[in-house]
Amino acid sequence: MNENTNIIELINVRKEFDDETVAVDNFNLEVKKGEFVTFLGPSGCGKTTTLRMIAGFEIPTSGKILLNGEDISKLPPNRRPVNTVFQKYALFPHMNVYDNIAFGLRLKRIETTVTGKDGKEKVKKVRLSKSDIDKKVKKALEIVDLEGFEKRSVSTLSGGQQQRIAIARAIVNQPEILLLDEPLGALDLKMRKEMQIELKNMHKKLGITFIYVTHDQEEALTMSDKVVVINDGEIQQIGTPTEIYNEPVNTFVADFIGESNIFNGTVVDKLKVKFCGATFDCLDDFEINDMVDVVVRPEDIKICAPADGQLKGKVISTVFKGVHYEITVEVGKFEIVIQSTSCAEVGAVIGMRVEPDGIHLMRKVYTVNKYDGVITKNNTVEFGDGEFECDVTTLYPDSHLDEEGYLITAGGEKIDLTDVEVEVEIDTHDIEMSDDKSAGGVVGNIISMIYKGDHYRYIVRTEENEEDYVLSCPDLWNTGDLVSLIIPKDKIKLKLKVAEGNK
Amino acid sequence: MKKFRLRFSRSQLCLPYAVFLALFVIAPLLVIVYYAFTNGQGKFTFNNFTNFFSNTNTIGTLLYSFFLSVTTTLICLVIAYPTAYILARSGFKKQYVLLMLFIMPMWINFTLRITALKEVLSLLEGNISRYPFLNSVIGMTYDFLPFMILPLYTSFLKLDKNLLEAASDLGANKFTVFLQVTLPLSVPGIVSGITMVLLPSMTNYVVLDMLYNKTFIMGSLIGSYFSAYDWHNGSMISLVLLVIIFIVTLVTNRFSDKDDNSGRTVL
Repeated sequence: MNENTNIIELINVRKEFDDETVAVDNFNLEVKKGEFVTFLGPSGCGKTTTLRMIAGFEIPTSGKILLNGEDISKLPPNRRPVNTVFQKYALFPHMNVYDNIAFGLRLKRIETTVTGKDGKEKVKKVRLSKSDIDKKVKKALEIVDLEGFEKRSVSTLSGGQQQRIAIARAIVNQPEILLLDEPLGALDLKMRKEMQIELKNMHKKLGITFIYVTHDQEEALTMSDKVVVINDGEIQQIGTPTEIYNEPVNTFVADFIGESNIFNGTVVDKLKVKFCGATFDCLDDFEINDMVDVVVRPEDIKICAPADGQLKGKVISTVFKGVHYEITVEVGKFEIVIQSTSCAEVGAVIGMRVEPDGIHLMRKVYTVNKYDGVITKNNTVEFGDGEFECDVTTLYPDSHLDEEGYLITAGGEKIDLTDVEVEVEIDTHDIEMSDDKSAGGVVGNIISMIYKGDHYRYIVRTEENEEDYVLSCPDLWNTGDLVSLIIPKDKIKLKLKVAEGNK
Repeated sequence: MKKFRLRFSRSQLCLPYAVFLALFVIAPLLVIVYYAFTNGQGKFTFNNFTNFFSNTNTIGTLLYSFFLSVTTTLICLVIAYPTAYILARSGFKKQYVLLMLFIMPMWINFTLRITALKEVLSLLEGNISRYPFLNSVIGMTYDFLPFMILPLYTSFLKLDKNLLEAASDLGANKFTVFLQVTLPLSVPGIVSGITMVLLPSMTNYVVLDMLYNKTFIMGSLIGSYFSAYDWHNGSMISLVLLVIIFIVTLVTNRFSDKDDNSGRTVL
């Protein structure tokens, strides 16, 4: 057998629900024995579904889950050496604290060799003895700091105490992996901080592998050895908290973890990037003329005298946050957020400097929207769940339309364009949003927004086939808003899919 | 200027109900008690009481009604438990339709339903008076089944799915999950259902009458005394029945969840 220190491995795991929504896709992860791994992402990103697949409550649609090298993807939960701490505790209300914790122990069978009457040794599965269970329950209660609570009824406990009992109930079985599904979500802030530290200590003491699900980035950064950032069912980045914070791989991670300024930039020279109207040295090597997303953490921007700064701007607000001030500066049409221990007066003009290691460049994920479309008989184009007016004459150079709507090419040929398949391209800044549901060609919900200094980048998703539109817009909308998308006729770029478009 | 406003205190608002209660519940009860412990001349006596417990006929009727209602309740429970479980666990949209299938017969007049049942039974059995006890049990079960399904259904609906997952996560197989979690947590529903079937079925003599069961149960026994203008012995039987019901209610209340009246309030 080859050396395998991975306690659990997820290989190409995909989960599709009955209504054909894909909750998790292309999920590859290795977890080492004794690690504290956190799944971090916004709600509905698939992190809980992944956890439930490891626990056995959901069976992956495809892909494998290996535990110590063995495929467990189809095993029922009761046959996996894995225990879960549920978000809402899920303590049995008809049992007292002792019975709750002892539940798993009483079901356990341990293989022991016994000498039978005939003198032969046999392997028998034996229940734990009452005194063994007693000892273990007592130990578990000690670990969670609730000694003497055995006889208490579950309903008399506070939220924090119930949470501890839920943890005790799981760890008493000495699982190989402890799964925690947002276990601190229902506790107040102070309690949560305390429990974070206690959980971390427990992890050290017990040596069990922890897989922890949370949407709280601070919780993830303080507790984990390894953070898995998930969005839309797919892993965005895996790394240590420091790596995730300092070297985010895309704007989603940068925006989700901590505060950040995100700008559109262009690489103007070797290791030089231009954004916000100034050129900066940077450490990330990209091709010259590449369009990039630039991420600058607020604490990496240093305030200096206006003359010494790479950027110069007017302070528009200053908020005291305890350890630091959060200062918003207007630089031309851009807004930059700075965290600094020194204060700046509102209205003052200040200079700003960013060291090369404070500038993170990442390849732009969305620069253009691309769809497969079909021309209708009214010479409009259908794509991405919508129908838009377009200029079909752009399909053939120098062509025009006759009165009946047929296209006459430069050579005088008459073409019926109905049902012709085309490729559609729209720039992100050519799409407009509107409240009026009938104003545009398609209606969808805003599912994501990221502030980019002088504008927001929105992703709008349609309901029917979940088509995404990426667009840039300086106005503020809210995630979840239902908007109609307006695309001007001349901004829809059409291209024939096959060389001969006619049938 | 001060505007005149009519205001009632809490106790004043209770008055109409108190009057109603006094007139139609407490007064009749007192009348029953009075008649139960007096004879024809209006003199205090324990004779009616001794009559009841020395008469093999009345004791026999009591035992027969008890046996009939316990059998009915058990059969209802056996049918209703899995039905309610499946109903509560089935897909969200179908669930309500299925539940309605069980509730809807209750909208039809009950004598009409029993008449229909009589026709079906005589078709199956030929001579319907051959199996009086069996027919009575079938009739009662048919009549009272929804009262057993509903409280069970609500208690299954209330059952937190996380608890079942937690149990199987801790190593319980499906059978153990049912035995250790589902069953104990459905006890309030079971108790609620039992009280709603056991007690009414002890006195519901209309079903027996219509299905040609000549044997008396408690309801018909009281009726027979009253129709013979023997108010005194009839009242004593009513009083004894009342005490039995009171005791049964006391016992079952110990088992039921304090906040679990949902099943009863649906009806």
